[in-house]
Amino acid sequence: MSHEMTDPETLAANAREKLESIRSREAPLTTRDRRAIERQEMPSQAPEVRRSNMCEVALGLTPEQAQIEAMRCIQCKNQPCVEGCPVRIDIPGFIKQIAEGNFQGAIDIIKQNSLLPAVCGRVCPQEEQCQAVCTVGKMAKDVDKAVSIGRLERFAADWEREQGTFEVPEVKPATGKKVAVIGSGPASITVAADVRREGHQVTVFEAFHRPGGVMIYGIPEFRLPKSIVDLEIQTLTKMGVEIKTDFVVGRTRKLTDLMKKDGYDAVFVGTGAGLPKFMNVEGENLVGVFSANEYLTRSNLMKAYEKELADTPIYPSRKVAVLGGGNVAMDSARTALRLGAQEVHIIYRRTMNEMPARVEEVHHAQEEGVVFDLLQNPVRILGDDHGCVKAIEVQRFELGEPDASGRRSPVPIPGSEFMMEVDTVIVAIGNESNPLIRQTTDGLTVNKRGNIIVDDNCKTSIDGVYAGGDIVLGAATVILAMGEGRRAAAAINEMLASKA
Amino acid sequence: MPLILEKKQLSADVFRLRVQAPLIAEERKAGQFIILQVNDGFGERIPLTIADADPAEGSITLIFQRVGKTTRLLSELNEGDNIAHLVGPLGKPTHVEKVGHVVVVGGGIGVAPSYPIAQAMKQAGNKLTVIMGARNKDLIIMEDEMRAIADDLIICTDDGSVGRKALVTEPLKELCESAEKPDLVIAIGPPIMMKFCAKTTEPYAVHTLVSLNTIMVDGTGMCGGCRVNVGGEVRFVCVDGPEFDGHKVDFDNMMSRLKSYKEQEHSKSCKLDAAIKAKEAEMAQ
Ligand SMILES: Cc1cc2nc3c(=O)[nH]c(=O)nc-3n(C[C@H](O)[C@H](O)[C@H](O)COP(=O)(O)OP(=O)(O)OC[C@H]3O[C@@H](n4cnc5c(N)ncnc54)[C@H](O)[C@@H]3O)c2cc1C
Ligand SMILES: Cc1cc2nc3c(=O)[nH]c(=O)nc-3n(C[C@H](O)[C@H](O)[C@H](O)COP(=O)(O)OP(=O)(O)OC[C@H]3O[C@@H](n4cnc5c(N)ncnc54)[C@H](O)[C@@H]3O)c2cc1C
Ligand code: SF4
Ligand code: SF4
Ligand code: FES
Repeated sequence: MSHEMTDPETLAANAREKLESIRSREAPLTTRDRRAIERQEMPSQAPEVRRSNMCEVALGLTPEQAQIEAMRCIQCKNQPCVEGCPVRIDIPGFIKQIAEGNFQGAIDIIKQNSLLPAVCGRVCPQEEQCQAVCTVGKMAKDVDKAVSIGRLERFAADWEREQGTFEVPEVKPATGKKVAVIGSGPASITVAADVRREGHQVTVFEAFHRPGGVMIYGIPEFRLPKSIVDLEIQTLTKMGVEIKTDFVVGRTRKLTDLMKKDGYDAVFVGTGAGLPKFMNVEGENLVGVFSANEYLTRSNLMKAYEKELADTPIYPSRKVAVLGGGNVAMDSARTALRLGAQEVHIIYRRTMNEMPARVEEVHHAQEEGVVFDLLQNPVRILGDDHGCVKAIEVQRFELGEPDASGRRSPVPIPGSEFMMEVDTVIVAIGNESNPLIRQTTDGLTVNKRGNIIVDDNCKTSIDGVYAGGDIVLGAATVILAMGEGRRAAAAINEMLASKA
Repeated sequence: MPLILEKKQLSADVFRLRVQAPLIAEERKAGQFIILQVNDGFGERIPLTIADADPAEGSITLIFQRVGKTTRLLSELNEGDNIAHLVGPLGKPTHVEKVGHVVVVGGGIGVAPSYPIAQAMKQAGNKLTVIMGARNKDLIIMEDEMRAIADDLIICTDDGSVGRKALVTEPLKELCESAEKPDLVIAIGPPIMMKFCAKTTEPYAVHTLVSLNTIMVDGTGMCGGCRVNVGGEVRFVCVDGPEFDGHKVDFDNMMSRLKSYKEQEHSKSCKLDAAIKAKEAEMAQ
């Protein structure tokens, strides 16, 4: 796709014209008319420009574009899209408001179900959720032609933020009860807000010096501006939530001591899936091999991309191999480009179809020049005399016979190994749950992968202790973490209400 | 923001800070460390061992050597200043029990982190021998503190300006051969010293713990930057350590990893030097 199609000025001008012509019509839009409206492209920074800056790639629909895009929705009676959304946002409802130009009305509807629309509109895997089942896309037999629900959600949230009219949610009178929230990712932010609203005192404990979880240290600025996350945190603070950074529960204080010594009536654990997996191949400890977590944390949280200002160094790379095919791999590859690497390869064992990354991120990575080496898998990493990475040995794969599930899984081709010279390898094959809390909390039940086991109300094996997000689900998504947070908060509120 | 209650320069490049941190003072055990950040915006996170703590006062003691930009910035803070961020206690505490004769070897700045461990081992009823090593007399730190708790204190310097003119491995070897063969050796200091201490004790099958000082970012097991090879397995120093069986650590890999950012760190340090010189020149005018 050439970038002309996403050039902001052209897109805005086209949309103004289009909207005029729709408005000047006599008859209301029929379903047929709506289906004939083309999907509005997202205005974006041109690839050759953005690959050398950290600013956001997707610039957001213009108000005219948003209205036109909203008109594509045919307001299905059965609302399949709502079922596709993990938090059941009233999608036709808010889209109708946008189509009518009532942007405030739209955001009010969204906020009944979602606390982080500016974030989810940007990072949700929409093509697998709400948009996957959208009737408009189904009728066109192309999920890319579905109504851009995520972009519209983002539009409404950004519009509200830009108005500066954002109101701090109301907080009920103090109940005298105290709730501790561990971690400050999307699950925890949601719990903190929902519990605080009921008038309980809430303290968020975050191990890092800056709150926000993966949204701050993992997902890069060019995909999710940190100012958006900071604003969500500020809202919490304005609601009277106390945020204690530099506080590692399990070390600075044990979870059970928060209840026993510090008098918290309930605890929510939202500590995420922060334990990087490695491949266990030879050479993985060489200088120049990083977990994606380390690479991204150095760049995002520690701001290493500001090379002149930041004290935290980042490895100077020329040619990089990123192992994996998820969002984390895309983020690492695109960060490496922006930090000055000349050539970046994604090495992935399967094909494009199985890549778990959001479609938009894969697409953006391709536009920026990331090379996709599919059906390939690393065998070992080779070092030079100083213990630094100099090459990676890779084996080719092919798709084998369909297995029981009908999926053709990749099988290695014997003798197909070859060497690729690289100076950096970033391992982005996923995260497991961090063991710190379970190691330091007696009686907390976890499954064999180390995820905390909870019941339907997000309650753990310990009374008063709830958990949600990646620490329960394994590495999942922002919206699922938020959804669990809502459920946990409701259960905590109910539990506290029943305690006189 | 943790407040600096007291600052003292112990030798040319070594400083001691007493810092307000009540929760850490209450929870910390021998062998644990903190991670601090001198300034908020662009500061680096660096690990330092908790050299001592006073739970009643709510303070911890840090002893550090000025080696690069962040330790330089830290050394410029004074009593009454705040450290932007300080988190801990991190790492697994030292396993302290009565085993008989414990030899603690501290090299250079490594004497500081070995002190709380030596103290805990003594309190557990062990016979305690301390071997301290440094390049010369001026670089010996915490001699009085160590003397107060050790049954035997052996000081070695490279130039013989105080104590024995020897490397710490010499008296260590003698002890291993003596009637008072150690039951446990704990070696803390530069990687090269720990490597050779472990090599020294290996033929005598004396269990030897080393405390590794890898590069760290988060200190909670999230990044894997601190990983080392121990007995063929990947271990994270910040959560699985910092102490490991010295006979199993791949020191050569660890030492090459420590140099990952050498050039960048050097240039940061040089820039800071230049900035400080410029400032001094300005103030002299
Ligand atoms: C690089 C990357 C890209 C991603 N891209 C997407 C995407 O595009 N779309 C999407 O939907 N999802 C994406 N995800 C996944 C998504 O970010 C996570 O599913 C989500 O953030 C999980 O939220 P959480 O609240 O469970 O925890 P997290 O966001 O992981 O936050 C946990 C927080 O708890 C803190 N913590 C941990 N232990 C302790 C402790 N003992 N004491 C105090 N604090 C502690 C951590 O420091 C952290 O800040 C991505 C993840 C990564 C790593
Ligand atoms: C668990 C742990 C406990 C520690 N305890 C102490 C302590 O009590 N007192 C103390 O003075 N230091 C201690 N260190 C080392 C201390 O963290 C480093 O000296 C510090 O990070 C250097 O930062 P800098 O910016 O000043 O120097 P940099 O500019 O980062 O580095 C300057 C020079 O020091 C080397 N270096 C960098 N990081 C380390 C490191 N982690 N260890 C050794 N050399 C390094 C570099 O290769 C470079 O040559 C500890 C390290 C760990 C991991
Ligand atoms: S929250 Fe995610 S799944 Fe739900 S409507 Fe928004 S983009 Fe779709
Ligand atoms: S499925 Fe698509 S067209 Fe139907 S209501 Fe939802 S968004 Fe609108
Ligand atoms: S410092 Fe990040 S895992 Fe140890």
